[in-house]
Amino acid sequence: MFVNFFYELKRTGVPVSLTEWMTLMEALSKGLAFSSLSGFYYLARAVLVKSEAHFDSYDIAFQNYFKGIETPVNVLEQALEWLKDALPPYMVSPEERKLFQEWDLDKLRRELEERLRTQDGQHHGGSKWIGTGGRSPFGFGGYHPAGVRIGGESLNHSAVKVAAERRYRGYRSDETLGVRQFEVALRKLRQLTSRTEGEKDVLDLDGTIDATCRNAGRLELVWDRSRKNTMKVVLVMDSGGSMDPYIDLCSQLFSAVNRSTHFKDLKFYYFHNCIYENMYVDPACISRYAVKTYDVLRNLDPEYRLIIVGDASMAPSELTMIGGAIDWNNMDNEPGLVWLERIVKHFPHAVWLNPIPSQWWEPRLYYGAYTISLVRKLFPMFELTLDGLEQAIKQLKARF
Amino acid sequence: MQAGMQEFRGTADYIASEDLMNSVNVSMALGRPLLIKGEPGTGKTMLARSISEGLGRRLIIWNIKSTTKAQDGLYIYDTVQRLYDSQFGDHDVSDISQYIRLGKLGEAFASDEPVVLLIDEIDKADLEFPNDLLWELDMMSFFIPETGETITAKHRPTVIITSNAEKELPDAFLRRCIFHYISFPEPEMMKEIVRVHHPKLEDRLIAEAMEAFYWIRSLSGLQKKPSTSELLDWVQALAVGGISLEKIRKEIPLLGVLIKKNQDFDIILKRLNTQGPAKTKPRSQTLWG
Repeated sequence: MFVNFFYELKRTGVPVSLTEWMTLMEALSKGLAFSSLSGFYYLARAVLVKSEAHFDSYDIAFQNYFKGIETPVNVLEQALEWLKDALPPYMVSPEERKLFQEWDLDKLRRELEERLRTQDGQHHGGSKWIGTGGRSPFGFGGYHPAGVRIGGESLNHSAVKVAAERRYRGYRSDETLGVRQFEVALRKLRQLTSRTEGEKDVLDLDGTIDATCRNAGRLELVWDRSRKNTMKVVLVMDSGGSMDPYIDLCSQLFSAVNRSTHFKDLKFYYFHNCIYENMYVDPACISRYAVKTYDVLRNLDPEYRLIIVGDASMAPSELTMIGGAIDWNNMDNEPGLVWLERIVKHFPHAVWLNPIPSQWWEPRLYYGAYTISLVRKLFPMFELTLDGLEQAIKQLKARF
Repeated sequence: MQAGMQEFRGTADYIASEDLMNSVNVSMALGRPLLIKGEPGTGKTMLARSISEGLGRRLIIWNIKSTTKAQDGLYIYDTVQRLYDSQFGDHDVSDISQYIRLGKLGEAFASDEPVVLLIDEIDKADLEFPNDLLWELDMMSFFIPETGETITAKHRPTVIITSNAEKELPDAFLRRCIFHYISFPEPEMMKEIVRVHHPKLEDRLIAEAMEAFYWIRSLSGLQKKPSTSELLDWVQALAVGGISLEKIRKEIPLLGVLIKKNQDFDIILKRLNTQGPAKTKPRSQTLWG
């Protein structure tokens, strides 16, 4: 029964296993779906889906599989596919806005259906097809004074009707999420050992027997240390101007790291665009709060895990030329790349988290991507999203 | 649904959504543990209490801490006591069973009547903790090697497990659970919840307070959004403090009840002057009129 639904779920990325599928069959045979589609929806979700991050994918799979059974065909998913890889928003002046005051919703809806039938792929920046950043009435991030916004964010506040509602979209794990989710991810960064230090609070039975025997049968208790995390982390963040759009995201990561009490040691430093001979202990990056990068390297042993957060987008000269630092008073006699290389040599466990989505890292797409590609040659780079952070942590835990 | 099956329908002081009740009943019918996740303060722990009340069964709570081991839930063998007793020879230490104490899970298995077992905040414990319980929760029995005794559940307990998602739970464990995510209540449902807890309050007070509450939750950049339990406290505080209705949306008095972080305080006070809930048109008529 519904075997194809099982594969549909797998296809949309819900990790379902055979065990769970058999449980669902058992539940169905007990009549727990109450012979209704909505009953089945909740039952199958409770049994098959084990994380709210997958609810959205489940909704999509459910829609794909059961379309035409209860609700009329919902083609919006297809349209949402086309809207991926969005262009930057198209902004309008109030004068332009005035040009279109009247628009007939019914007509619009009819046209949307028409477009959905005839469009065959992604279209961005144009004025007719469903896409982003253009002036077509359909899509998001674009401007048509009375258009239909499909998914995405409202930027020009003119969508007559938000056509797609997927309630659990916000819980997807490939979207960037809140402090809490970052904290959860960071908790995986640990390295347990019982050898070095800590309270001796676990009874060592073998040791006790041994000691008691030596003591001629008089009881002698021996205690041992429990396991502790020995992971040491240093977080270095770019606080330059081009990072401003990502301030919320970075501060979420910062508070998550800051709240992680399970690290043995935790250090924070800041830099502006690229690291040179100074780093800063304050995000303002003024010389009063500077520390010598050499001192940092000397004080922190290579066991520290280095996490650098930055957009790595700058003028190429800032990396390649002597004295190329963006701050005027910072006249270094070594180019930024040399410093970065020195740092990555000192910390074998290092990652670079970039708030810019990875699809923009290709140099022909985005002006800052040339320096991104230079930095990527030195550091393993990951997106600053939950998925990216998890990959980065895997990288940091690897032993050489 | 099988004949004679007991069904959970919520209780007078706990409002459960349709799909939550569904999940509870599914997990009971299949005899699988129900894993509950959700934002803090959405009533995860209260659910178990409500189920036990609704079905008239005893509730056994196993509170998980960071130091809790799976073994603690089954039984504890008090080696140290036995060793001490043997030292002076005034106890008969050959009977090991007097040094075996059942843990919460063991207690639930050994109970003569069906019980509800709440394993609270399972994510607090070590990463491996849930895996160590797989067999016991599957088979509802465990073996005590020290005494050669097997404890088997006389009645399969209804197991409710809550998680704050502080750690990922292992897949093998998840496969055996029924999962439910309590999403944050919609305004209508929230109104019902407030009503249940404070039946005597004025409608307008609740409406005004909720308007301000959902406005605060909608602000971006808050470190900790206020949750249901904080709203309940706040409404109570507003009523006791005799705050005039006009002030609630304009000034958000007694903010300390809702907000626990300094930075959040600053954010709210700053935005209150520019785009506070008093500036926007009240939605009261449309939303809960």
